[in-house]
This record gives sequence, structure tokens and C-alpha cells, in this order.
Amino acid sequence: MSDHIVSAYSEELERLSAEIMKMGGISETMIVDATRALSANDLELAKEVVLRDPLVDAIEADAERQIVSLIARRQPMGHDLRMILSAMKISSELERIADLAKNIAKRAQRLDENVNDEMRNAIVRMSKPVSRQLNNVLNAYASASADKAKAVWESDDDIDNHYNSVFREMLTYLVEDPRRISAGAHMLFMAKNLERIGDHCTNIAEFVYYQVIGDYLSELERPKQDQV
Amino acid sequence: MDTGQGTAMIDDSLTLPRAAEAAPRIDCRNIKVYYGQAQAIHDVSMTFPDRAVTALIGPSGCGKSTFLRCLNRMNDTIENCRVEGEILMDGENINDADIDPVLLRSRVGMVFQKPNPFPKSIYDNIAYGPRIHGLANGREDLDAIVEKSLRRAGLWEEVKDRLTAPGTSLSGGQQQRLCIARAIAVQPEVILMDEPCSALDPIATARIEELIDELRNRYCIVIVTHSMQQAARVSQRTAFFHLGHVVELGDTNQIFTNPREKRTEDYITGRFG
Repeated sequence: MSDHIVSAYSEELERLSAEIMKMGGISETMIVDATRALSANDLELAKEVVLRDPLVDAIEADAERQIVSLIARRQPMGHDLRMILSAMKISSELERIADLAKNIAKRAQRLDENVNDEMRNAIVRMSKPVSRQLNNVLNAYASASADKAKAVWESDDDIDNHYNSVFREMLTYLVEDPRRISAGAHMLFMAKNLERIGDHCTNIAEFVYYQVIGDYLSELERPKQDQV
Repeated sequence: MDTGQGTAMIDDSLTLPRAAEAAPRIDCRNIKVYYGQAQAIHDVSMTFPDRAVTALIGPSGCGKSTFLRCLNRMNDTIENCRVEGEILMDGENINDADIDPVLLRSRVGMVFQKPNPFPKSIYDNIAYGPRIHGLANGREDLDAIVEKSLRRAGLWEEVKDRLTAPGTSLSGGQQQRLCIARAIAVQPEVILMDEPCSALDPIATARIEELIDELRNRYCIVIVTHSMQQAARVSQRTAFFHLGHVVELGDTNQIFTNPREKRTEDYITGRFG
């Protein structure tokens, strides 16, 4: 898209979009590092991940201030308006994602010695499609691609299936040895957090689609196998 | 809570026709306007629904004012200006030879950029049209028309105690409302507004916009404005003109949130090169 006649306006929009990408980047590495910390039982890394969350909160607050100022001073129209509204929504989705990643890192520090490698691996396995989903939706945002956004939106089902299988797997470990219940409860929450992150990615995909196309992805079309 | 009233309000909103579906008050077909050899409007066809505000937007020189002036034959007054095509009101072509432009202009009133009250009293500014068109039977009737017109224009309370004062003694915003009252006084069907707020401050502008919103319940209103925010605020439909063509015509909401044409998008977002 060509530049605005008022170049400062274009710069402000670019800055906003850069903030979103920065939040996305930090959130993505938080998920990756939180699960790495879990996998390697690296408590230092887990602590460090928790400390990154306030940074994401601060960027969100800053993005919101920019958005208020843009609306008040520029009275955005058309694609600019949709971009700004999407940025507002996407930044709060990313803030939630960072929160959930932080929560995984917190729980990784509270596991006792009864947790086994299979349990850790189940979460790590599930984290891969989730961080891929976040990576894909951030790519869709960066390249303003409605097709990529739609692809993300359609593939959330995969994560839901992962979640259900992790849930069942976890239950078998708990049934085998009730001493694992404390750690297992934490890990079920981790799985749930990852599943929620997947949902937030789907929401982001909807906002990217709206920003680019100006229409809403209809909830009706979305493939959904599991009714739980 | 009075539930009966609530239901009535809901019913109102349901029966109110959507702008795009309302019956057209004016139907323009293949309008072409020439100033000498230069063509200012290229084959524009569009309709204007009753009881709705249509905004014409576009950069300077795009033909929006020229097009607006076709609707009450104001272009007749410009030498070597030629209008082709049909403009139908109630099935009649307003450009037909047997249409009296003076009568037409009482049916299609106009408000201009700069308030232009007659150099007469406030009362006579309003009474002038009804008098020459013979719309009033005697003084009492005329008084009633003057009061009703001033009330509809939202000016009555401010001027009722000084109706004999000159129209030019009012503030700019009041003068513009006086001109709107003057247009209303001859019972028009259509009100054309050519940049009616560009000489007014934001408060006077807000008053005019509030007035436009009220007048919409009775008239077909067409407004030319340079302020896209104003078009977005007051209109239900918006047409984007560029180089004498209508690039896009649509629901105002759609035009300003999701225009279909790139040229519209570029213009409304301030990207016009």
C-alpha cells in the first residue's frame, strides 16, 4: 500500500505494527523456552521466562496509548481503521498468550521428583504445534496475508486433538502411580494453557483476516471434531 | 419501564427502510456535463433515496459540486455549460423544456458554502419564498410558516424575539440555519447542500449536523463536503467522485470501513497522490 500524504501517519502505523510483532516475538520465545525449561528441568530458564512477562505487558500498554492517540488525532478510515482496531485486539491476545506461557514456566518450577520423562515429553510434544501456530499467525500478520490467517484458523483442530490425547495420556500416568498427582495436576494445567494459546492464535487469525479483507471469518465454516 | 413504548420503538426501527432500499426521490441517468469543450461529468448514473442523506465526496475539481448543481438546474445559469442525460423526479425529466426552473428550485432547495441571507429581516428571509410561490393565505398563515420553518431549522428559540432584525445580524452558524429555514419554507422535497459547514466553527457545524439528522426524516438530502468525517457522520450513503466519474457509491459504513475500490481507499485514508 502506498504511503500517506502525511508521512508521520505512515510512520505511526508502522511503529504500531512493529510493537505487535515485538510482542509476538517475545511471546513465541516464551512458549519455546518455557517448554525447554520443562524438558531439561532447567529452573533458571523457567525463572527467566517468568521475568519476560512484564515486558510484554509494558509493550501492550504502550501500543494501547499509541492506538488512542492515532484514533484521536488521525481519525483513521478504511484499511487504516481496521489495522488499528486489529492491533488493539491482537495486542491483548498476545498479552494473554505471554501470561499463559509465564504460567507454564511457573509450574515447571513447582514439579516434584515424581514426574517422569514421558510426562514432560507429552507437554513438549504438544507445545510444538502450538508455537508453530503462533509463528504462522505472526507471519500472516507480518505479510498481511488473509490466506495464511485462514489456514491458521482452520488448523486449530489439530491442537485440540493433541490436547485430548495429552489429557488421556496424563491420566494413565496418574492412575499408574498416585504420587504423580501433584505434578500431573500442574501438567494438565500446562496442557490446558497450551490449548488456550492455540485458541488465542485462532482469534489473532480472525483479526488479521478482518484487517486484510474487511470481512469476518464465519464461525460456522470452521472444522471442529471434538465437542468437549 | 413502559414496555408499550419500548415495543413501539423497536417496531419503528424495523419498519424504517434501509437507505439502499428506500424509493429513489431522484433518478439520474447517464449525466454528462460540459463546460464548453471540457467534459466535467462523465456518464454518471445514480439515484438518491428519499428520507436519507447522500454525501458526495472527492478531491477539488472532481465534479461533485457540478453534479449537485445539475439536480436543481443551477448549471443553467452558467454560460456555455451543457448538461446531457436524464434527471427524473416523480418520473419527470427536470431538464424538459416545460419544467419551470424557478418552481423546480422550490422543490429542490439549496444551501451554499457561505451563508447568504437576503438583506432583509429574519422574518422576510423566510417569508419571501412562500409569498412569491403563493403558499400562504394571509398574514396568520405566513406567520405560521415562518415559525414552523425556523423551528425545523432549530433557530426559533434564538430569534423569536427579534424577527425584524436583519438576517445578516445573526452569527455565521445562525445565518446558515436561517438559509436552511428559508429553503424549508417553500416545502421542498429535496435539499442540496454544498459545503454547508466549511465557513462555520465546530459548534455551529455540530448544530447543522444535528439539524441534517432531523431533516432526514422528511427530505431527501444531498450534501457535498470536503470533510470525510462529516460525510461519515451525517450520511447514510456516500459517493466518491474522481475526475468526473463516480468511482464508488455505497453504504457510508462500508465506504469508510471497507471500500471496494483502491482509489476510494487511497482518498479516504489520505493517500491520494
